[in-house]
Amino acid sequence: MKELMQKLRESSIKEILDCDNAERLEAMRVRYLGKKGELTAVLRQMGSLSAEERPAMGQLANQLRADIEAAIEKRRAELSAAMMEHRLASEAVDVTLPGVDRRMGHKHPMYNVLDQLKDIFVGMGFEILDGPEVELADYNFTRLNIDEGHPSRDWTDTFYFTEDGRILLRTQTSPMQIHAMETRQPPIRIIAPGRVYRKDEVDATHSPMFHQIEGMVIDKGITMADLKATLNLVVEKIYGKGTVTRFRPHHFPFTEPSCELDIQCHKCGGKGCPTCKGEGWIEVLGAGMVHPKVLEGCGIDPDVYSGWAFGMGLERLALGEYKITDMRLIFENDVRFLEQF
Amino acid sequence: MKMSRKWLNEFVDLSLEEYDDHRFGEAMTVSGSKVEVTDDLSRSMKNVRVGRIVSVEKHPNSDHMLVTRIDIGEEEPVQICTGAWNVHAGDMVPVALHNSLLPGGVKITRGKLRGVLSNGMLCSYKELGMTAHDFPYAVITPAAILGDYHPLDPAKPSVPAGIKAGGRIFGKVIAAQVGSVDTIGYSKYALTLNTGSESVMAETGCTNLHAGDLVAYDTEKNRVCTLDDLHAKQEEFPHCISDGILILDEDCRPGDDVAVMLGLDDHVVDYEITPNRPDCLCMIGLAREASVTFKKPLKLHTPVVKATAGGNINDMAKIVIEEPELCPRYTARMVRNVRIAPSPEWMRERIRNAGMRPINNIVDITNYVMMEYGQPMHAFDFSCVKDHEIHVRLAREGETIRTLDGAERRLTPSMLCICDTEKPVAVAGVMGGENSEIVGDTDMVLFESANFNGTSIRRTATALGMRTDASSRYEKGLDVYNTYGAVERACELIELLGAGEVVEGVIDVIPNPLPHTDVRLEPDKINALLGTDIDEATMRDILIRLGFTLDGDIIHVPSWRGDVSHYSDIAEEVARFYGYNEIPTRFAGSTTTCGGFSEVQQCERQVGQVCRSLGLDEIITYSFISPSYYDKIRMPADSPLRDSLRILNPLGEDTSIMRTTILPSMLEILTRNYNYRNKAAYLYEIGRIYLKRPDGTADEPKIVSLGAYGPDMNFFVIKGWIESLLKELGAPELRFTAEKGNASYHPGRCAKVCAGDTCIGVFGQIHPAVAANYGVDTELYCAELSFDALYSVKGGIPVYTPLPRFPSVSRDIAVVCDASIPVGELTDCILDAGGKYLKDCALFDVYKGHHIAEGKKSVAFSLTMRSDEQTLTVEHADETVKAVLKALEERLGAVIR
Repeated sequence: MKELMQKLRESSIKEILDCDNAERLEAMRVRYLGKKGELTAVLRQMGSLSAEERPAMGQLANQLRADIEAAIEKRRAELSAAMMEHRLASEAVDVTLPGVDRRMGHKHPMYNVLDQLKDIFVGMGFEILDGPEVELADYNFTRLNIDEGHPSRDWTDTFYFTEDGRILLRTQTSPMQIHAMETRQPPIRIIAPGRVYRKDEVDATHSPMFHQIEGMVIDKGITMADLKATLNLVVEKIYGKGTVTRFRPHHFPFTEPSCELDIQCHKCGGKGCPTCKGEGWIEVLGAGMVHPKVLEGCGIDPDVYSGWAFGMGLERLALGEYKITDMRLIFENDVRFLEQF
Repeated sequence: MKMSRKWLNEFVDLSLEEYDDHRFGEAMTVSGSKVEVTDDLSRSMKNVRVGRIVSVEKHPNSDHMLVTRIDIGEEEPVQICTGAWNVHAGDMVPVALHNSLLPGGVKITRGKLRGVLSNGMLCSYKELGMTAHDFPYAVITPAAILGDYHPLDPAKPSVPAGIKAGGRIFGKVIAAQVGSVDTIGYSKYALTLNTGSESVMAETGCTNLHAGDLVAYDTEKNRVCTLDDLHAKQEEFPHCISDGILILDEDCRPGDDVAVMLGLDDHVVDYEITPNRPDCLCMIGLAREASVTFKKPLKLHTPVVKATAGGNINDMAKIVIEEPELCPRYTARMVRNVRIAPSPEWMRERIRNAGMRPINNIVDITNYVMMEYGQPMHAFDFSCVKDHEIHVRLAREGETIRTLDGAERRLTPSMLCICDTEKPVAVAGVMGGENSEIVGDTDMVLFESANFNGTSIRRTATALGMRTDASSRYEKGLDVYNTYGAVERACELIELLGAGEVVEGVIDVIPNPLPHTDVRLEPDKINALLGTDIDEATMRDILIRLGFTLDGDIIHVPSWRGDVSHYSDIAEEVARFYGYNEIPTRFAGSTTTCGGFSEVQQCERQVGQVCRSLGLDEIITYSFISPSYYDKIRMPADSPLRDSLRILNPLGEDTSIMRTTILPSMLEILTRNYNYRNKAAYLYEIGRIYLKRPDGTADEPKIVSLGAYGPDMNFFVIKGWIESLLKELGAPELRFTAEKGNASYHPGRCAKVCAGDTCIGVFGQIHPAVAANYGVDTELYCAELSFDALYSVKGGIPVYTPLPRFPSVSRDIAVVCDASIPVGELTDCILDAGGKYLKDCALFDVYKGHHIAEGKKSVAFSLTMRSDEQTLTVEHADETVKAVLKALEERLGAVIR
């Protein structure tokens, strides 16, 4: 009997470990361990053994059962792992095939730039004003200290709706300074972006309609030092930390002193190159201290309050930001252009 | 405004070496005179020297070239070949030596010309980058050299072939051979001529003659004939041309650098001068700025006029200002015995380097004074001024004048003119008239140095379409005190150049008292405005150096600073020279303000975000359109929207009215993309329309405009966008109703969308006829939604609804009904009849055709039912479905399929 079990052990374990699929493995379990299995058959012969032999043989038989079970379990795990491997291999995809396209819309590049600016100013406590584009000459010129007879009032420069020149398309966002002072009491901190219109033929750098952003601060104790600090910060937010700025005297009828803010050309570091037209600096915006006459005209006492204001063109900023070479692209709205931003 | 650095040195010591272009430009820019570019003129010309011709010989291998030997100030003369014939021994010429550079980037090197070594090139004025105006004396008149004769028709030559000295050409003109040529003056030569029978002497100004040449000799006039004398064409004498080497008549020596001689050892600074500073449009103004910028003294010169001619201008001329408002001052002086001639080289150089062209001494003096003083001047031929009276008056209806540019100008009564007793002789401040132009035999010149109203001059110049150097200065408003000094300077230059004799006396008409401005010096206010702590002494010093005078705290503003009238202007003067970049950067630390986006602005941002997440690209379109676009979108003829704001002076018809509808703008962009063969476009814009108000201004509401075309577009895609948008905004009670009456849209594919009682807008497929008007052969879809309406229906903060605790039951039903019944009505009916357990009703099929009777359709819904209290029983579900089916049948005749 011992030999019998030894023989069974040899044949069964080898067969189990050679088994190559799960069904056959199950069949083998039945064949060896089932009620009518070979091990059971061997055990049936236990009755013919002497009482002395039985415990040893019993122990041997139990060991054999345990070993066969372990072999089956081991093989089952192996087969299952192999099957998983096979399945995964068959499910492999070509990861270089394109992904499923989910169309996303795109913000217009100019409004990208504008929204960036709005966020910067909102973060500094500014509110955003919206105002009329069909404007009175009184707001667009007169109350901004722009005399009758100033060239910008010419019919060759400004679009008019009335023969008397009273109603026009605003040529700048600066009339929003007046609207803001009329509707608010100091302290005032506003920006006012929007469309403006000038009688320029369309070309790579001109458009009869374009966008500006106006900004104004009015409070007690506002100085040119505050103007510089604020605009330096804004420029740093737009162009990055460490951007070198330069303030240079300029002229606007509604600010005094007036200035323009240049940034040092990032391409040549100020040496002069085609990007900055050899000047080493790139003009960014115009600004100045709100002219006391303008304050007075809006009922704000210039002996108590002072303020500063700035204006900048958005198209040029967007063109520079995205290296767009032609302003016409801004208003052409070709989807191949729009989808780049 | 172009400024020569060399000229500037006459007023302020700022050497090019110590103050290089960068240092100079940067400092001037930050003190307010913005330097755009600086041009180093010397870079254009290198290694070009003055040479004296030692000898001229014929080229051994060429019949039209000469071999010269040139003294260039070194031990040995150099040999240079030239194809020009106007050179003679003793001539001073510009020589481009081996390895030299000429304007335009032309490089000259040594080489052999037909086997003979040439160590460079002799230059014409053109090759030096100059024009005849720069060297008016160097005009070449060529003689007709018979050896160069090429008859137009060889069968009928004008000069007999093989003619020899003494042979007759025509009339008294015979052939003669040049025996010798002796230079007797600049472009003046003494010739000996062999006429065949005798030897004669003749003088000539023709510069192309050399011993041995056969020429045409007019025996009667004793002169060598030019091409004109022979009535010959240039092609008959191809080498006898008026082009040639520049023979210098300058104070120069062999070896001198020609670049220096031409004034190219100069740097020209181009400024952008702001319109408030016309005083900086001249040397003195810029010199004053430079002197304060660099803290160097300003050297000004007071003109001295000897006035040697007899008589007094006051006895010779009368000046009447009839329009004192438009002409606050008119100053004049008289010059007699005028001798028109080219200006000396130093003056031509300065005029040239300032970007103007030298003409003659009188014109150049007026331009020179304009550039030096900033005061435009005009010179009249006084003999052409009738009755010797000048009247400054407005033009009369119908008057015309032919201006110096040769154009006939029609004048209008708003234009100020300088007239004699009869007619205009100049358009004031713009341009003179041909009728009083300085010409070769002008004897008496009246110099006008006047002040005119800037706006009036600008309007006249614009109306006549002639913006001149003078008018562009006048239009900015010039210093009324400047006229006197300028006319004195002009007369001083007349005497210096020997261009005439100045008559005693000045006529200076000042109809109204001249203005002057005082401002109080308030250092505290200035510091408060600037955020600085500048002491009063520094302020005073800056102002005094700028030409302001101080009388205690009273600042007398100099006459040329019409831009200064207020303490803030004084603050700017102080800041400019204290340095804008020295002002501290310091936040005011004032009152805190609560900024941020308003609710409306946040809503606008949200609408944009939703549109983009739906896959729409943002566009920006022009606010103005063409009136014809209303027809293009089939807007009814009686639509009130056709009453647009009209621009009276538009760029063109296409941009002449303010849009009252945003549809044409979107259609234009869709069309453009379609024409660019883009397969699809999905676009949105939040743009304004402009609706006329009774007072002439506009309401400018914003419209959310959607537009698309593409393979996957249909009515339900755009409807889905609108549903998503409104859902995102939390708008309640959406309703879509068919809109048949909008002529821009397909009558069967257009809907109006409302939320509750608020109409949001319309959308649908664009009418094919409209698409055809745009030349588009595909389905276009658009929506026009009122942003204000969207904002008004925007939901509040969402309130949480508890999630269902019990499972739901789903049942599908299909009913057959009349095809004309909208699905919306079926849905409304189901939801109404479904009771409390029906939670959702989703359409999943609409079918017409096989098995369904004609005029009927099958509609299938999936009903979702759920109880909020317990798991829904089968009975409850059955009851609900039954109630729904019953209602559908009773109310809409829809029976279960």
